[in-house]
Amino acid sequence: MAEVLVLVEHVDGAPKKVTFELLTLARSLGEPAAVFIGNGFDNAKDKLAEYGATKIYVAGDGELDGYLVAPKAEVLAQVVQQASPAAVLIPSTPEGKEVAGRLAVKLESGVITDAVGVEDGFVARQSIFGGAINVSAKVSKGTPIITVRPNSTAPEAAPAQPSEEQVSATISDAAKSAKVLDRVTEKKGGRPELTEAAIVVSGGRGLGEGSNFALIEKLADTLGAAVGASRAATDAGWYPHTNQVGQTGKTVSPQLYMAIGISGAIQHRAGMQTSKTIVAVNKDPEAPIFELVDFGIVGDLFNVVPQVTEEIEKRK
Amino acid sequence: MNIGVCVKQVPDTWAEKKLSSDDKTVDREGVDGVMNELDEYAVEEALRIKEAGGGEVTVLTMGPDKSVETIRKALSMGADKAVHLVDPALHGSDALATSYALAKALGTIEHDLVILGVESTDARMSVLPAMLAERLGAAQLTFARKVEVNSGTVKIERQTDTGYDVVEAPTPAVVSVVEKINEPRYPSFKGIMAAKKKPLTTLSLADAGIEADKVGFAGSGTEVAEFSPRPPKQAGQIVKDEGDGGVKLAEFLAQQKFI
Ligand SMILES: Cc1cc2nc3c(=O)[nH]c(=O)nc-3n(C[C@H](O)[C@H](O)[C@H](O)COP(=O)(O)OP(=O)(O)OC[C@H]3O[C@@H](n4cnc5c(N)ncnc54)[C@H](O)[C@@H]3O)c2cc1C
Ligand SMILES: Nc1ncnc2c1ncn2[C@@H]1O[C@H](COP(=O)(O)O)[C@@H](O)[C@H]1O
Repeated sequence: MAEVLVLVEHVDGAPKKVTFELLTLARSLGEPAAVFIGNGFDNAKDKLAEYGATKIYVAGDGELDGYLVAPKAEVLAQVVQQASPAAVLIPSTPEGKEVAGRLAVKLESGVITDAVGVEDGFVARQSIFGGAINVSAKVSKGTPIITVRPNSTAPEAAPAQPSEEQVSATISDAAKSAKVLDRVTEKKGGRPELTEAAIVVSGGRGLGEGSNFALIEKLADTLGAAVGASRAATDAGWYPHTNQVGQTGKTVSPQLYMAIGISGAIQHRAGMQTSKTIVAVNKDPEAPIFELVDFGIVGDLFNVVPQVTEEIEKRK
Repeated sequence: MNIGVCVKQVPDTWAEKKLSSDDKTVDREGVDGVMNELDEYAVEEALRIKEAGGGEVTVLTMGPDKSVETIRKALSMGADKAVHLVDPALHGSDALATSYALAKALGTIEHDLVILGVESTDARMSVLPAMLAERLGAAQLTFARKVEVNSGTVKIERQTDTGYDVVEAPTPAVVSVVEKINEPRYPSFKGIMAAKKKPLTTLSLADAGIEADKVGFAGSGTEVAEFSPRPPKQAGQIVKDEGDGGVKLAEFLAQQKFI
């Protein structure tokens, strides 16, 4: 069986959940082989084996850490040339998509982004136009390069004994022209990460002021959920931009999405429409968000949210 | 600093977007077109850089005849001139083909910097800026929420999952901007009048030196196998809060096994 390469997304070596999802998916399509680029491989090794990587390509060059997308695409292109895989799967994150795009140019291959599933023959399933249309698409030229959205596959462990192969890729000067001078972390709590969370509770302009996000956080915490926000809320400075859900924020696809005081503008929907179950609280019965919901409450969030939070606490 | 700005005409944000059944491409005929919202921020940023340090702003679009409306808008905002790449052979181009064609067209425009929106609202791929940087051999400075231009170098704040990265590169560079970066201006009446007299160059494939088999359906690396409207979602249950809305919501969550 041909290898299916999975680009490992990690923080200092610790792989993100989406990596395990992609390894699980790759296993249904061929021989899952992981490609690890950057520092901290020791933190990744056991986990990649646990989720079934039969081979791991390691480009652990510390020098790469000062750069972003371009050198990663170069390393990956060299691995592809060496391994001739059946396909390359990459997490559909902003950086992952950029790596995929550059790789496509280098290999003269087609690239598909934001797949929500990949089937036999590398047919990618996508949900486009804010979820209105389901598409099956294929790469018709070169090595299929497909970026897959987090939360599209349930990760399943399948322990393997991967072989390791060190990759000593050569990085061109051109790829090193953009240098990272500083990495700044803005406010980050102990909550699950937005794109990986099983439940997301988001607040919008309906909260009236920033301090009222405490209501959203409290509800989120009783559910073990991540906190999201509409653009109206992040623009007002009520919540960090890193928590924005939507077209220009994050795309989330959790099991449960709760929209509180959010009207459901098309740009917001673009980032949450593929959530499995959608719940809204809004005092305006005409709010477009209600077109999407599985369950909606027309009412004042200042009554409903504390009540539901208390009720969940009681039932725990 | 001379700047090329890539703008795209897309179906109106609120219009029902469709794929055409004959060739499975975005139906652009049946709907009103607007400038991709995020590209307005790209035009605005280019104008601000020019206003601060001089140079010329050239807008570039690839698209059917009617995309000229989007070019007019960018010129009305204050761009100096425009290039419209239009040729029937371009129809059906995917990201691989579009990035090739745009890179070729940019070859006809003098530029130190290329600025794009971070994503188009129809394709929603967010890959073209990176692909263009790759093709042009220019530095990639994407997802910028702030851009600072100095002589020969450009520094940006790149929006990330957890905050931002400060990234710097020498020109030539390709920049993509997020919507937090600025507030795009509205074209003034004077701007709209002036736009009519600004130079607009129309390029065919041959004019831009584009090989026909590298664009359109032939040059694309992907194909849509099939598509279907999402099966209609079962109408959700909507309840008016009569003082027990929170309890009812908790009941729903319990039924669905979230609690
Ligand atoms: C280029 C561009 C990109 C964009 N990207 C994004 C994006 O990524 N994400 C995003 O979210 N938006 C985005 N937007 C903005 C989007 O168009 C909307 O403006 C935004 O989503 C609205 O946020 P909101 O729903 O919180 O606010 P509003 O539309 O003002 O809605 C607030 C809602 O709260 C309800 N409400 C008020 N008080 C209460 C109460 N006490 N109890 C219950 N309900 C109450 C109201 O009925 C209303 O429906 C973008 C726009 C543009 C132009
Ligand atoms: N046909 C086109 N003509 C000009 N610019 C384009 C075109 N398609 C995409 N772009 C630019 O590329 C950006 C990202 O598009 P995308 O990768 O399709 O999401 C857009 O915001 C535009 O600035």
